[in-house]
Amino acid sequence: MSATTARPAPAAGPEPHDQKRRSTRPSAARPGRAFGSRPPAWRTALRYLLLVAVFALMVGPFLWQLSTSLKGPGEDIYSYPPRLLPSDATLDNYAGVARIIPVWDYALNSLTVAVASVLTNLVGASLAGYALARLRFKGRGAALTVFIMAMLVPLESIIIAQFTLARALHVNNTLLGVVLPGAVGALNVLLMRNAFSGLPYEVEEAALVDGANVWQRFVRIALPSVKGTLAVVAIFSFMTAWDDFLWPLIVLSDPANFTLTVGLNYLHGTFADNQRLVAAGTIIAVLPLIVMFACLQRYFFRGVGEGAVKG
Amino acid sequence: MKTATAAPPGGAPATAPRRVRRHLPTSPWLFLAPGLLAVTAFSLAPFLLTVGNSFTDNRTLVPGGFVGLANFRELLHDEMFWTGLRNSALYVLVTVPLLVLLPLLLAVLVQRHIPGITFFRAAFYTPVVASVVVVGLIWSWLLDDRGLVNGILEALGAGPVGFLSDPWLLLLSAMLLTVWKGLGYYMIVYLAALTNVPRELHEAAAVDGAGAVRRFVTVTVPALRNTMVLVAALSSVSAFKVFSEVYLLAGENGGPAGEDITLVQLVQQVGTGLNGRVGYASALSVVVFVVTLGLMLLVLRANRKEDA
Repeated sequence: MSATTARPAPAAGPEPHDQKRRSTRPSAARPGRAFGSRPPAWRTALRYLLLVAVFALMVGPFLWQLSTSLKGPGEDIYSYPPRLLPSDATLDNYAGVARIIPVWDYALNSLTVAVASVLTNLVGASLAGYALARLRFKGRGAALTVFIMAMLVPLESIIIAQFTLARALHVNNTLLGVVLPGAVGALNVLLMRNAFSGLPYEVEEAALVDGANVWQRFVRIALPSVKGTLAVVAIFSFMTAWDDFLWPLIVLSDPANFTLTVGLNYLHGTFADNQRLVAAGTIIAVLPLIVMFACLQRYFFRGVGEGAVKG
Repeated sequence: MKTATAAPPGGAPATAPRRVRRHLPTSPWLFLAPGLLAVTAFSLAPFLLTVGNSFTDNRTLVPGGFVGLANFRELLHDEMFWTGLRNSALYVLVTVPLLVLLPLLLAVLVQRHIPGITFFRAAFYTPVVASVVVVGLIWSWLLDDRGLVNGILEALGAGPVGFLSDPWLLLLSAMLLTVWKGLGYYMIVYLAALTNVPRELHEAAAVDGAGAVRRFVTVTVPALRNTMVLVAALSSVSAFKVFSEVYLLAGENGGPAGEDITLVQLVQQVGTGLNGRVGYASALSVVVFVVTLGLMLLVLRANRKEDA
């Protein structure tokens, strides 16, 4: 498991996206040597030294948590000097945390919410994005303004009203209530609109002449051409829903319906002194996303670029 | 004749299909319906409801009436409000400079395509992927009185530090948690911008004898100014709205005596539950909204002024 945590990159390492960035030096030259404008070896060494130091700072805490979760009751987790490798690794804490909170049910709840959010965002954002980018109609500007305004409203400032609304719709304390406010993110609509706007008109014009109606053009021509952005929307919807805390904390009151984040908070509040169990719970919550990140790294990075420019 | 229809002299070639019906007049609205419905119902309507509620004394279970500006007048005399406002403002003041500068240094560090660099980039991004709850629990164990950080400090002879018991240290710990979690995200933002900095500028500066530090200050920073403003805007807005980090480290009361409460946590504390004061919490929310918008405009305006 530590391998997964520590090595997300090699899977995506050989991906072409990195080479695509302007290569600034001849590929024949080997790094670390002072060829041409190449930095001297000591500077490359210094760079690696810094990289390893930052690595320890950024990934170390996760590894420490993983280590704590694998230490049995016989091992002193408070010992100094610290021991990163458990002397007697055990999965007992994972079974233990499942005995005091229904952690697998919570994981299933989180998964349900995340998958539902992915589907609603993909459908809602691609449909609306397509209309905004490709269809000509009266009121298009107004519709666009609605999405931009929605994007500018901070979630935290409307959360009480959302709760009032959820109660009025009788979806408070349900997973549906967790999903609804994020069902179609305005940012995702704008991302899809940009993606569709970037497509050349010609292919769609040809289909139009061939008699394809708007739905056929959308499904058969436009959608397959924006798979990359669809992947970005899907991944960020999943991550946002899986990681969300404030809204599920407010809308869910019955511990039976908790998602993982709210469940972990509950676990921490109730069994704070049992660090091994809390650690096991956090690893359960974070591992799926780290695996997903390791496999789909370039979409995560691409989403940052697109989201930051827009947001 | 056919040529005339397909490409009228001087006209754009793409005018031909104009005679074909592109779509029914209702189609665009059918495409827009799910999205418009969702953002209207769950963002815009709640926003209007929040503004409306802020002038009432509504409670969760007891509808109230119009009270004018009474909620806003009450704010001014509410000690918790000032504590929350102070903490949220401090959050902006401490985290934003760090989040503008540190990820830029990190981006420069991972910019070169040396072997293994994709691994390091991904590793530095890991805290972004994790939920704030996971990150909060990891750090509350690290900063525990008997945790790893205090173990190291004690070995250095510094004695245990009450990161999670002293109100100020607790707030500072939460801030550093936010910075730690955000580093990777803004690093990627900067990395994308760095690829657009012309290499010639660096080379010219190097020829002039400028060292790495000097080149960073005279070439990199000016070239990335717009990105830095963007990062400042994004990070200040999210810093002011902070909730989870402080909640997780300080607990549901916002620290030992509520000294660490942030504005959004105050909204959550006042407005939820069966006896929630929806009206008053809405007034607090309006303040959150106004300040957030103000911060955004302030940063963008600072940018425009420097351009002029």
